[in-house]
Amino acid sequence: MTRPYARSGWALLLPLFFFIAAFFVAPIGAMLIKSVYDPEVASLLPATSRSLVHWQDETLLPSSPAFDALADDLRALDRDDHVSQLGLRMNRLQPGLGDLLQRSALKLHHDGTKLGDIDAQWSDPATWRTLKTATSVFTPRYLLNAVDLVLDKDGSVIRQPEERQIYVRLFVRTIAVAVIVTLFCVALGYPFAYVLASARRGYRTLLLFVVLMPFWTSLLVRTTAWIVLLQRRGVINEVLVAAHVIADNERFALIYNFTGTIIVMVYVLLPFFVLPLQAVMRGMPPQYVRAAESLGGNPSRVFRRIYLPMTMPGVAAGASLVFILSLGYYVTPALVGGRTGQLISNQIAYHIQTSLNWGMAAALGSILLLVVIMICFVLSRFARPGRLAS
Amino acid sequence: MTRTGYWTLQSITFLVAAFLLLPILVIIPLSFNPEPYFSFTRKMVMLDPDGWSLRWYREVLQSAQWRLAFRNSVTIAAIVTPVATALGTCAALGLRHLPSRQRAIVTLLISSPLVVPVIIVATGTYLFFAPLGLTQSLTGIVLAHIILAAPFVVITVSSTLTTFDERLLRAAATLGASPIRAFFRVTLPLMVQGILAGALFAFATSFDEAVVTLFLARYDQRTVPLQMWSGVRDQLSPAVLVVASLLVLSMSVIVVAAKIVETFLSRRGRT
Repeated sequence: MTRPYARSGWALLLPLFFFIAAFFVAPIGAMLIKSVYDPEVASLLPATSRSLVHWQDETLLPSSPAFDALADDLRALDRDDHVSQLGLRMNRLQPGLGDLLQRSALKLHHDGTKLGDIDAQWSDPATWRTLKTATSVFTPRYLLNAVDLVLDKDGSVIRQPEERQIYVRLFVRTIAVAVIVTLFCVALGYPFAYVLASARRGYRTLLLFVVLMPFWTSLLVRTTAWIVLLQRRGVINEVLVAAHVIADNERFALIYNFTGTIIVMVYVLLPFFVLPLQAVMRGMPPQYVRAAESLGGNPSRVFRRIYLPMTMPGVAAGASLVFILSLGYYVTPALVGGRTGQLISNQIAYHIQTSLNWGMAAALGSILLLVVIMICFVLSRFARPGRLAS
Repeated sequence: MTRTGYWTLQSITFLVAAFLLLPILVIIPLSFNPEPYFSFTRKMVMLDPDGWSLRWYREVLQSAQWRLAFRNSVTIAAIVTPVATALGTCAALGLRHLPSRQRAIVTLLISSPLVVPVIIVATGTYLFFAPLGLTQSLTGIVLAHIILAAPFVVITVSSTLTTFDERLLRAAATLGASPIRAFFRVTLPLMVQGILAGALFAFATSFDEAVVTLFLARYDQRTVPLQMWSGVRDQLSPAVLVVASLLVLSMSVIVVAAKIVETFLSRRGRT
């Protein structure tokens, strides 16, 4: 094709490019930046932030200009909400530090005492070290917290105390759920896709309708439907009780837990596995299987040696799609996951909506994105068009 | 294949089909439940007419909250659909002119909003929009939905363009048609199926989107999925089942209508 053609091609792509750059790439970038960039404390304590940059030997107390700068900053915090904002932020960083700052601000407002007289903690270099990390605009804190690590008072990286280690376990659970869901989709979807791909016209239309129906139905509708089926007084338990399979007090807990998350996610993601796989199966030339059969291969051998390897690209494509979609799933675990079915996405939403710890949400999101990119990379190596088993 | 093998395969298929279809079908009878629960009553199972009622349908139709949610959803989708369709169609036309290597890279970029987990898109959008005043705003929701909907349009339109015969344009040119005229008389009619399918996808994407909307919507900007969300999470009222049934019904109507239009268009294209 000639160059002017390519140029008009780019011109037509420009509007969508602009949109994607402005409202997709930039937001992802903003999230990545937010996970390490945190100017809030520095903007509340500007003079302190500037002055502590020059503090060299952190085993000794900083020089008196730093004390004056902090006193000036605290006096300048005239609005109550700024004082409490600072207190909240610093307490999150190190319990008690926020209270100390609030107390000091109050004292400084009322009388002209010196900082060192207000509290003995101001004579401890450790307090100042924490203050210095807090007032720098770039911080590794959120990313460290997102993998259950913290900076201790000396600035070295250590593991969180046992009771505060939550995120690594959630990341592991998220990946485990994605693996389980993918395996179920492969196990249920492969035979179904096979029948769908080899069915005659009428039957095929029917089966396609069956796969596409949930695909087109609102996600919320599908999740609601499973609550109706799976809850304690839901259809499945009622039927089992009515049929005397289980007693009234032995109803299964199928939802608001890990099981519920798995069942509903398999249901929601199954069409994403079946559709690409059956397309590959249909596009497969039939002569290889026929040749193998005519050479006397028994059916299971033909399937193992010819059909399965040839459909592997479809399996890989469908499974990767399911796996990656389940890593970031939010709606289903939030509604049917209960406590044991919560995934990393629920923590991200919690930090955005409830705890308002945006830096933490950004850090968890960034790490999830990193995991997804790494997995995509590994999968793309495996998902090369399959070779015939020789 | 052996007989047992065949029947095993057919029964697995049957069970999977039931797994896929039953949940959607079970909510429709339950929406006629007279009680404020999510389960069948004895009277309903006995098919006693007294056990069935339109109570929750009345409730939904009279509820100001549900009406507002429908209006919000339709407003958002009504802006998102044409914009996403126009952007996506232009991009699909542009993609065709690129050398294949560049085309692969650009396609990857354009479809990345579908691959990146939606929670990441939502978080990024929220953090980026907050300082711009685009959170708690319909504009913000619309912009985010366009990003999620446009890739579907690019994919569907591109797939109709793969079968497009470039020689038709040359034929039009030799017959004296200007490029613009050729576009409207030749290219566009052949693309129209893909554009309609893409528009349908864009509409469905916007109408169904819950996560980004959850982060960006103000309390009075709730859409249908958000209203269902709170119906499931906080109230567990059968009103949710009514809306779900109505959505299943309207979705079926739209898909069947689309199928008819498609058949009609392809028949006209042949003559």
